[in-house]
Amino acid sequence: MAEVTLRKLNKYFDTTHVVKDVDLTIRDKEFMVFVGPSGCGKTTTLRMIAGLEAVSSGEIRIEDTVVNEVPPMDRDIAMVFQNYALYPHMSVASNMAFGLKMRKFEKTEIAERIKRAAAILGIEALLQRKPRQLSGGQRQRVALGRAIVRDPKVFLFDEPLSNLDAKLRVQMRVELKKLHERLAVTSIYVTHDQVEAMTLGDRVVVMKDGVVQQVGEPLELYNRPANRFVAGFIGSPAMNFADVTLAESNGRAVAEAPGLRIELPGELAARAKSRAGCKATLGIRPEDIHVAGPSDAAEHCFDSSVEVVEQLGSEILLDTRVGSALFVASIDPTVRVRAHDKLRLALKPGRLHLFDAESEAAI
Amino acid sequence: MAVTALGGTEAKRSLVRFRKLEDERWLAFVLLMPTALLLGLFIAYPFIEGVLLSLSDAKVGDNGHFVGLANFFKLWNDGIFWTSVWNTFWYTGVTTVFKLGLGLWLAMLLNRHFRGKAIIRAFILLPFIIPTVLSTFAWKWMFDPTFSVINWALLHLGLIHLPINWLGNPDLAMGSIMAVNIWRGVPFFAISLLAGLQTISPELNEAAAIDGARPWARFWYVTWPLLLPVTMVVMLFSVIQTFADFQLVYVMTGGGPANATHLFATYAYQIGIVSGLLSQGAAVSLAMFPFLFIIVVVQLLYIRRVEVR
Amino acid sequence: MIEGALWRRWVFYNIPLILFVIVLLFPFYWMIITSFRPDGELYKPWNSPLYQPFWTNKPTLEHFVYLFEETDFGQWMINTMFIALMSTAISLFCGVLAGYALARLTFPWAGSLGTLIFITYLVPQTLLFIPLAEIIRDFRLGDSPWSLILTYPTFLIPFCTWLMMGYFKAIPKELEECARIDGASRWKAMLFIIVPVALPGILSAGIIAFTLSWNEFIYALVFLSSPEEKTVAVGVTSELIRGDVFFWGSLMAGALLGSVPVAVVYSFFVEHYVSGLTGSVKG
Repeated sequence: MAEVTLRKLNKYFDTTHVVKDVDLTIRDKEFMVFVGPSGCGKTTTLRMIAGLEAVSSGEIRIEDTVVNEVPPMDRDIAMVFQNYALYPHMSVASNMAFGLKMRKFEKTEIAERIKRAAAILGIEALLQRKPRQLSGGQRQRVALGRAIVRDPKVFLFDEPLSNLDAKLRVQMRVELKKLHERLAVTSIYVTHDQVEAMTLGDRVVVMKDGVVQQVGEPLELYNRPANRFVAGFIGSPAMNFADVTLAESNGRAVAEAPGLRIELPGELAARAKSRAGCKATLGIRPEDIHVAGPSDAAEHCFDSSVEVVEQLGSEILLDTRVGSALFVASIDPTVRVRAHDKLRLALKPGRLHLFDAESEAAI
Repeated sequence: MAVTALGGTEAKRSLVRFRKLEDERWLAFVLLMPTALLLGLFIAYPFIEGVLLSLSDAKVGDNGHFVGLANFFKLWNDGIFWTSVWNTFWYTGVTTVFKLGLGLWLAMLLNRHFRGKAIIRAFILLPFIIPTVLSTFAWKWMFDPTFSVINWALLHLGLIHLPINWLGNPDLAMGSIMAVNIWRGVPFFAISLLAGLQTISPELNEAAAIDGARPWARFWYVTWPLLLPVTMVVMLFSVIQTFADFQLVYVMTGGGPANATHLFATYAYQIGIVSGLLSQGAAVSLAMFPFLFIIVVVQLLYIRRVEVR
Repeated sequence: MIEGALWRRWVFYNIPLILFVIVLLFPFYWMIITSFRPDGELYKPWNSPLYQPFWTNKPTLEHFVYLFEETDFGQWMINTMFIALMSTAISLFCGVLAGYALARLTFPWAGSLGTLIFITYLVPQTLLFIPLAEIIRDFRLGDSPWSLILTYPTFLIPFCTWLMMGYFKAIPKELEECARIDGASRWKAMLFIIVPVALPGILSAGIIAFTLSWNEFIYALVFLSSPEEKTVAVGVTSELIRGDVFFWGSLMAGALLGSVPVAVVYSFFVEHYVSGLTGSVKG
């Protein structure tokens, strides 16, 4: 059971506190993605798991053994670096063989493993070439191959797709997913790209300023973000936010802002009523806004003034002004609309999010 | 001098092109003239003169006559000459090995982040910056048979009872001189190798560590091969300088005791300038050339091979 | 950093580093202490119980005074400075021009000329000094600073050329092409665009050339004879030793003062020196 446990993990660089009290369990065979903006501590956490950074306080366990003092070479892990870190003076085959050579594997075993890994990744033809003769995508695969031949307990990935062009990135994402299904090894993956997080992760950890914001399956992060940061980070285009005041009127809970008056549904209403009079942040995703039709209740509609129209073919992205807030709405591509039009929009009440104005936690 | 390619007559166009071609070649000629002049006058010309001189029997104040290879035969039979040949090779070989080893070690010690790194790096180059003669005098004073601070230190560490005559003892003198040469050269190696180390991405070391390589294996399989091109160039410079060294030996022992520490350069000086036998001195100097040439060619070929790899 | 525990860091890194620094800098410390030590205290035998090596209780300037009053030390400093500055200027001039020609212009034999210049670097002064002494005498330059000012460039120019070639090559061609479209001739483009951009490189080359010429010895030893013409290195070697007697106090004082100009220049431009040095090795 290659479970990785982080308990009260902290890291200080001089006096800067970069990783704060991280508590996490990565299950056996799970693909866990750490995501967050630059400087949020995700890479530092990964490097601590790898043994490349010392732990300031807290515990890291791999398979129930505390590995804080264990050097990287003895942790039975493999890592794929952002810049691939291929040894430039060795051939592809030698690059892949290096780790096994250091562990004194038999030559035949090494050759066998290289052959297998090369076949999985489709790089058999490249084995005798040097890294400088390879394209970015090919180098990426060799880096993967070097990790695979080791047959480790845990795979670590440090933003491996960041240096690839957009098209290649999409292709590699799919391949990585297939690879994980095939090899079924515990994997920890760091990225700043939320799309990679959503598509690759069995579970996702969102980090900001060294603190874990939320851990959960991708869909849960999407549907039930724990705070405003996660809500705004996951999903593209990002969720719309409006500063509102909560009020009770006629027994119903309402969120109010200049130019906006939305009635809150069900459980959200109950929680909002207890906060009547308080300030909050209303959140609604662009894809949950549509042009108001006859079936939409007035409590869920609002008027807006269109500023920019982006016709993508599959959808239209509207930058539209609602009172003092600027919303992005993703609407049906066949709607005829132009800049400066006044448009009445409706939202799906079940898709509303509310966040406390101060703590930013979900209400 | 705007060039208009449109319009104009055929003649004008060809004139412009002609001028441009001339311009570049002529410009190159002009730019390289001063250099060519100085180097030709004060390297090429003396070199030829040196060859002619070594084939004559000129002394100070006497232009002498052509004597063919007589001077070289004299050297062939000269015990001191062969001592200086052996000394020069031994001196160059041993010091280079130590300079490389210690310089590499120092470079690796400096290749991390720590407070005061910039200051230490600046101070470390001092032995290389300060004029050789001046710092060598400090060492000579440190080695002085009666007043040596090194002897004092060794006495107080309980290691010796009698003073060590560092420079007067023929067996120790060469070693002492080598120590000073190494002291001077280590910073040059260290700083140059440090620059080379810094071009090696730390990720490579990390990847090797995760691959299971212990520190020594990491150095041998990853760092050293990638450092080889820089190492070879540094060694080339250093070997040439050390082989032709004069100042250190001149100040420390003048070639003694009893001609035990002569190098090509000091022996040439001794014979050519001190004794006034110009032609024979020139012959000693020139004898350096074939050896130097071979060493340089071998190293250059090795460098080319390493770089292609 | 894969360094490990604190004790490891001290044993494997910090302590060896400290040892290196001590060994590399001790002779200078010794030089300084000796210069300020009075003669009485200076000449204590190595095993005398009164030997106090590391400090002096009665610092004195008598050695420095001796230096300036009994020898031409002041003149030597001036000579050396003059020679160093002049030969540096000449070498930079030639080196910049030649470096530009080799880096930017295409002309027949460009490659061979570059190699030729490199080869001259491999002909050491100790090979040429005897015939060169004769040539200097023939040109009637003997015993004058010009004998050095004209010969030092022989080992300074190749280095400067090489360094400048590297810097010029790193300047994008577009810069020059833009200038030429704007109407500058090749010559003007070089002077007003390229040279200013390569200024850090010129500074590096200049500083290294300065320290190299201050360091030269054998030409100065052989070409100069009158005490007032000598450079610091030669003067200290010849005038502060009478037969077998070394005037150690003044010797060290002279060595100290002689090192000061170079050390000062270096300290202001450490980065340039280092980048010049390492640039020539990597290039």
